[in-house]
Amino acid sequence: MPVAPILISVAAICGLTTVLAVILVIADATIANYGDVKVTVNDQKELTIKGGRPLLSSLMEQKLFIPSACGGKGSCGLCKVKVLTDVGEHLATELPWVSEEEKKQNIRLSCQLKAKKDISIRIPEELFFVKEYETEVTAIRDLTYDIKEVTMRLVNPGEITFKAGQYVQFVVPAYELTPEPVYRAYSMSSHPSRKNEVELEVRLVPNGICTTYVFNHLKAGDKVTVNGPYGEFYLKNTDNPIVFIAGGSGMAPIKAILNDMAEKNINRKTSYFFGAQAVRDLFLVDEMKALEKKLPNFRFVPALSNPDPSDNWKGETGLITEVLDRNLASGDHIEAYLCGSPGMIDAAIKVLNKKGISNDRISFDKFA
Amino acid sequence: MTEGITTGGLVFYGVFFASIFTSNILLTNFLGMCSFLAISKEVKASVGLGVAVAFVIGITSVLNWLAYYFILVPLDLIYLRYIVFIIIIAAFVQLLEMIIERVSEQLYNTLGIFLPLITVNCAVFGAVLFLIIRNYNFVNSLFYGFGSGIGWAIAIIAMAGIRQKMARSRVPKGLAGPGMALIIAGMMAIAFMGLSGMIKIT
Repeated sequence: MPVAPILISVAAICGLTTVLAVILVIADATIANYGDVKVTVNDQKELTIKGGRPLLSSLMEQKLFIPSACGGKGSCGLCKVKVLTDVGEHLATELPWVSEEEKKQNIRLSCQLKAKKDISIRIPEELFFVKEYETEVTAIRDLTYDIKEVTMRLVNPGEITFKAGQYVQFVVPAYELTPEPVYRAYSMSSHPSRKNEVELEVRLVPNGICTTYVFNHLKAGDKVTVNGPYGEFYLKNTDNPIVFIAGGSGMAPIKAILNDMAEKNINRKTSYFFGAQAVRDLFLVDEMKALEKKLPNFRFVPALSNPDPSDNWKGETGLITEVLDRNLASGDHIEAYLCGSPGMIDAAIKVLNKKGISNDRISFDKFA
Repeated sequence: MTEGITTGGLVFYGVFFASIFTSNILLTNFLGMCSFLAISKEVKASVGLGVAVAFVIGITSVLNWLAYYFILVPLDLIYLRYIVFIIIIAAFVQLLEMIIERVSEQLYNTLGIFLPLITVNCAVFGAVLFLIIRNYNFVNSLFYGFGSGIGWAIAIIAMAGIRQKMARSRVPKGLAGPGMALIIAGMMAIAFMGLSGMIKIT
């Protein structure tokens, strides 16, 4: 077979592709080159980024982390920022995630927005403290048959500053259930004075990408990446009585808040209703009893909806909503903090409203 | 048998007219169906995509005609035409996107975001193959390209108008959405067939 035609065809295709590639590279460096762009964040911090790139990834390179679950594909709608300068209309790719109200305030998706000139944005203050942490798993402990407590030592950076009740994102590396790394949010059950540790409570969800990874693959000594802290689920600075309501791994942020209160001697009148099915779903009861001693005004009320006869349960019985209805005095000055499944939270909020607690006094953290 | 205008004689306005109406690339050849069905929900988006497609088909037809007759034919590399056409279309769309983004924010918002969809639009590729198969000369290719694009744009805008009107009519539940869109597309194709006797395109 003659060699010449093959060489010609290879040369022709290579030549053509090279010419087109060169044109595109030149265009990228000239037409698509917007120079350096200044981003002013909350009127106080100035960052210099390359213009014409999506804001989310540019800010991430500058170590400013805006929460995003999809990694900039425009499919989660979490990476919202308020833009103060005029950057044109909302793009079609942003519209599904932005409500009419947010549109008026010029709230944009930072993964779709490209900064082509100097821009000023506003983000929640606490995102300044969000960092990415390399950690090493020091212990994994069974709290119940389906909840594990994972403790991680921070390697780099070595310390984290956060408010008790906030959450971090756990980075699950690619493994058999996921072809690419995914992020999952978990509340920290450790309190802020444990600066060089992060402790999470993970409940097994059948086929859950992160929970399966934690239950079947993660072991002490493994390296894990987390970023955070995020969230507005923390104790408000008032003197009002507090009611905590949680179920399952919703224990985590409340445990952190209680330990924080004990350390800071915040002795507000506090009750904690914890819902479970049977005794085998209860955990950290001893730790809660110890907290009752440290905080004289604190009362822990575990409630079982379906106790096993062998449990010999003498405490509260019934759905958490029934127990709440029986035990909570009416009063509009009570502050409520809820953490658990969406169903439980919605049902509990109804009871709280009935007791005269308005929605602005109710904070919650739903597991979606 | 009488024919209004024959393209056997390669008259450019005949080709232009035929590619818009009698041989509409969307409604007689059914090319570019996916974005036709997906984007035609809104008139505004349809106009944007229609204009973008018309522009891209027009320019890439010319570019690919040049590549075919000045590179592939002389070098006897006709069998590589598919890959070459696709590379040229992809590169051109990329370049166009960069230019539009730079030149006009407004235009980019309405038109630019559709450009990535066009790279894989089969109407663009189909138009190029047709003009090669039919041995069009440069001028005819130019008019065929823009004509096909305009025809595609007319079809999607008409479709969007009909669908927007349909939004208020009661459609059997199982047919709502894509099912109804396909039925409308079929009826539009039948309507366009009524024009097919006017010009014979080969």
